[in-house]
Amino acid sequence: MIVYVFDNTLDGLLTAVFDSFFLHQQPEMLLTEGEQLPLFADEPHRVVTDMEKAGRVWKGLEKYLSKEGLRMITLSWLSEERALNQPLFNFICKIFNLKVKDLERNVSDPDVLEVYNTCRRVLHEQLRMKQFIRFQKAKDGTYLGVVSPDHNVLPLIINHFQDRFNDQPWLIYDAKRHYGYFYDGKTVIRITFEDEVAVPFDLSNGKLDTDALSENDKLFQDLWRTYFKAICIRERMNPKKQLSDMPRRYWKYMTEKNG
Amino acid sequence: MEKLRILAESAKYDVSCSSSGTVRSGKKGMVGSTVGGIGICHSFADDGRCISLLKVMLTNYCMYDCAYCVNRRTNDIQRATLSVSELEEITMEFYRRNYIEGLFLSSGVVRNPDYTMERLVAIVRDLRTVHRFNGYIHLKTIPGASQELLQEAGRYADRMSINIEIPKEESLKALAPEKDHQSIFLPMKHIQQGVLENKEDRKKFHHAPRFVPAGQSTQMIVGATKESDLDILKMSNAMYQQPTMRRVYYSGYVSVNTYDPRLPVLKQPPLVRENRLYQADWLMRFYHFNVDEIVDDAHTHLDLDVDPKLGWALRHPEFFPVDINKASYEEILRVPGIGVKSAVLIINSRRFNRVTSLHLKKMGVVMKKAKYFITCGELTSLFSQPIIGINELHPERLRPFLISKAQQKQAAAELQLTLNFGE
Repeated sequence: MIVYVFDNTLDGLLTAVFDSFFLHQQPEMLLTEGEQLPLFADEPHRVVTDMEKAGRVWKGLEKYLSKEGLRMITLSWLSEERALNQPLFNFICKIFNLKVKDLERNVSDPDVLEVYNTCRRVLHEQLRMKQFIRFQKAKDGTYLGVVSPDHNVLPLIINHFQDRFNDQPWLIYDAKRHYGYFYDGKTVIRITFEDEVAVPFDLSNGKLDTDALSENDKLFQDLWRTYFKAICIRERMNPKKQLSDMPRRYWKYMTEKNG
Repeated sequence: MEKLRILAESAKYDVSCSSSGTVRSGKKGMVGSTVGGIGICHSFADDGRCISLLKVMLTNYCMYDCAYCVNRRTNDIQRATLSVSELEEITMEFYRRNYIEGLFLSSGVVRNPDYTMERLVAIVRDLRTVHRFNGYIHLKTIPGASQELLQEAGRYADRMSINIEIPKEESLKALAPEKDHQSIFLPMKHIQQGVLENKEDRKKFHHAPRFVPAGQSTQMIVGATKESDLDILKMSNAMYQQPTMRRVYYSGYVSVNTYDPRLPVLKQPPLVRENRLYQADWLMRFYHFNVDEIVDDAHTHLDLDVDPKLGWALRHPEFFPVDINKASYEEILRVPGIGVKSAVLIINSRRFNRVTSLHLKKMGVVMKKAKYFITCGELTSLFSQPIIGINELHPERLRPFLISKAQQKQAAAELQLTLNFGE
């Protein structure tokens, strides 16, 4: 049984594809470092991530896939799902084996379907972040929004926020992955906090500490909650629909639901 | 805060919510942008409806006395008026906190239509020029407002709407004596004219400001009057023929004025009927259906048990079965259980290999419905064994399989005689 072990990066996965063609092997299993080896496995082949090899594989992909196809690979990778590794690896290998164009459109293939569905989940989540991020205004005028998305979607949404709120400094922080993006009015930079305990907001519900909150922010939060309650038509209550469109896992950071 | 509550409660029966139709990226020195495509809903209220725009009335004082409206003159409700600066501040602050996508502004009619319209226009002008607001603005047109005011409003708003409310003029007259169709259709026409003229201008001058870039929308109340679905859908079809009409909304009538003898007393708003109308609306807009195919004189009402597409399929067994591997996109779209998304997936993937029912299931086709209407070149499979299609099983025998469990139970209960012992 041929087993490949790679370092859980996209470049690593592409290098694994390179190795498999270079060695004329078809690995039956693709594992990340630290994962349990299956029974009866030989000594696994350790993939050493090599930017040049990965680059060559990517160049090859560009020949066969459309722009959307390439985007499908990068987007699905952001899902950070372990279960994606194998289908994505198979998908890329298939492209080079079959040598047909636009294979990403063949969703009747189970591997393509899996990558396609993962990509869709990521896109859905990034839309939800655009919907559900709630800012609070801090004393120094910075708008803070804390989130913890299932997939690593922050890189996909900063363009939207930079475009929309281009005259206000903001900070969007991913409490799950411990990094965020800060916009100072000109450029966006990626930041991490050295000491997360000292930050002036609560990571579990995203609330700014009261002494860091700007003066009238409380008022607008209350206004928003009032509005949220008032807009509902009681005769048409439909909590099921609400939950399917706005799942409970997002509520803890949302002003109208965590008040 | 109290004011906002009152005015939001007054505005909530307007169903329009979309923030789509305009793509406008952010500008330096201005706040906001609009996204095209499906728009962004920022929250979902407890009734499951999306909150995209700050839907609010400038005032809920109204001199009209429309029987179906909460804000009618004779109703004894709390009245309030937002000042211009209050409204602008709330909009801007909400927008900056990513609560909303923009503003949906409406108003009760005070003094006369022009006076009210003028105040609405003043607010959107202020938002755009003073507050440099670049987000989405949906402005309600007051019936009977003058053309000059509409011209000005159109320069600032993304979408303008005016509600038909009741598709037949005589019913409208009975319920809303101050309104007539003339006062509704005339502004609609003015706006359309403005948009078309603007289109011409923009061909000549690249930088001409855009006029109502997201087009118009309108709304009809369902279940307050005797209009059949045929009347309603005929009306919306006529609306969609206009080049600038983007959406027609249907609002299930919520009994707000129970004391009025002209209105039916409903325990529950007609939600199922409203849903069926939306489904029919979608068929017209995305599924290449004609209004005559959905409703005609023999079927003036939509079937409440089955959705309109399935209803059409059951009336037209000769169209089926559809061969998934050969049929055109339009034909595949007509199969119950297959939507736009899965139809595209089928077309894309059948270039590579034959699509089987197992693939269809994986792609998200509702096989429970679709299996009676398709062939995919298989002898037998898990989902169609033995092959029984709509033509083997007659439509009237197939129908019971396709309605939901709860409805089946209800149908059985209606057949069952019950003994009523009384007290």
